[in-house]
Amino acid sequence: MKKLKVIALTAAVMAMACSTVVMAEEKEDLIIATEAGFAPYEYMKGDQIVGVDIDIAQAIADDMGRNLVIQNMDFDAALLAVQQGMVDFAIAGISVNEEREEAMDFSDRYVDSTEVVVVNKENPMVEAPTSEALKDKIVAVQQGNIADIWVSNPDNAEPAEVVRYTKFAMAAEDLKNDKVDCIIMDELPAQDLVSQNPELMILEGDPLFQDQYAIAVQKGNQEMLDEINKVIAQLKEEGKIDEFIANHTQTEATDAEAEAEAE
Amino acid sequence: MEWFQNVCQDFYNATIREDRYLAYLEGLKVTIQISFFAVLVGIVIGIIIATIRVSAKQTKSKILAVLSKICGAYVTVFRGTPVMVQLMIIYFWIFNTRGANQILIGTVCFGLNSGAYIAEIMRGGIESIDKGQTEAGRSLGFNGLQTMRYIILPQAIKNVLPALGNEFIALIKETSVISTIAVNDLMKMASFVTSRTYNPLPPYIIAAVIYFVIVVLLTKLLGIFERRLAKSDHY
Repeated sequence: MKKLKVIALTAAVMAMACSTVVMAEEKEDLIIATEAGFAPYEYMKGDQIVGVDIDIAQAIADDMGRNLVIQNMDFDAALLAVQQGMVDFAIAGISVNEEREEAMDFSDRYVDSTEVVVVNKENPMVEAPTSEALKDKIVAVQQGNIADIWVSNPDNAEPAEVVRYTKFAMAAEDLKNDKVDCIIMDELPAQDLVSQNPELMILEGDPLFQDQYAIAVQKGNQEMLDEINKVIAQLKEEGKIDEFIANHTQTEATDAEAEAEAE
Repeated sequence: MEWFQNVCQDFYNATIREDRYLAYLEGLKVTIQISFFAVLVGIVIGIIIATIRVSAKQTKSKILAVLSKICGAYVTVFRGTPVMVQLMIIYFWIFNTRGANQILIGTVCFGLNSGAYIAEIMRGGIESIDKGQTEAGRSLGFNGLQTMRYIILPQAIKNVLPALGNEFIALIKETSVISTIAVNDLMKMASFVTSRTYNPLPPYIIAAVIYFVIVVLLTKLLGIFERRLAKSDHY
């Protein structure tokens, strides 16, 4: 009797194991790289990575009938991962520039972004979001970010020092402690950063410079690029991207309000 | 042949183009400064702690007993937590003012950390010296501290030199952790160049070679030092 039970149990376990294997085989994984410290484009909600970019990636995965797998890493590592072909594509608010185009291929631009200057509210060390105002200041950026490349070019600005962080949160901490004079970053993530760090503020004025985001794929991966462009065109046509942005900025705002009310 | 040309091109991009070799030199300077001062701080802390802990065992002084307890706690805490966590705490809570010197932050963090390990190495060395040596020193009219300074420590250091060398090597390589707080050490510079060339292999290989050379040079230096000390063995 006991033997029979054991056999039955083993059979059941094996059947389960087989079924999971079959299920896994049914859907191929679509592996993407991102840096989840860039709200509202990609950020952590609990233990989930969510955001505008993730919604777009999900739409691409759905369209391809693939299972979305997100790898969260440093921003410069995400660019490397796609360049080396370790992931199918990278979507992390990636701006396009010449150097990057040499190393990887880019999809159609899917969103416009503007770069702003974040300073310490009590002790703003930079007066205005202009190149001249950055002269001889200590400027914080995320390493490999478009702002890093922009500010590292002496034609654009002549800061005393560029401090390159892997996480904006760390740059914000140092800005609060006056270790750096300002952070240059994209507008929407900057708004999120400021809403969570009341000691900081975004400088009023014209944006420092503008750029557009695209999805990066390994050089020569035309098939993936066509697929991505198809979905982006579709999403743009349906106005879905604006919807995604509205969703992620609004839920943030309502969350904050709810928290304020609770207090 | 084409492969070789590509590799050459990659290394050219990672070194000569836009004067990127300067970045490695800059990083090397920071790494060496932090390592050097951290080793010094570590040795001083290590010797002091080891002396206190050994002396506390030999005498019945109440003050020494309390100090020994404190030193024990220090060693436990610094060996029990990752150096990266210690670095974050030191960086964000202690040196959180404008213009905090990065070399100083590195020196303090790695020095304190290394001090805990060196303390245990030194304690082992001191305890390995026969009790008769202390008794001989005391009977010659040296006081406790002098006995330690002139008789016990020189012999102890000779015994623990290989273990100390290990610790120094580990420390030098461990300083690469400081790149996480945006200090431009060798490791950070390699990752910086990578973020510009989008090719991780050459910068990290260059960094690896530089670290390797530093460690080999240090090993040679310790070897010379060891042989010099060994001379007294053959009289």
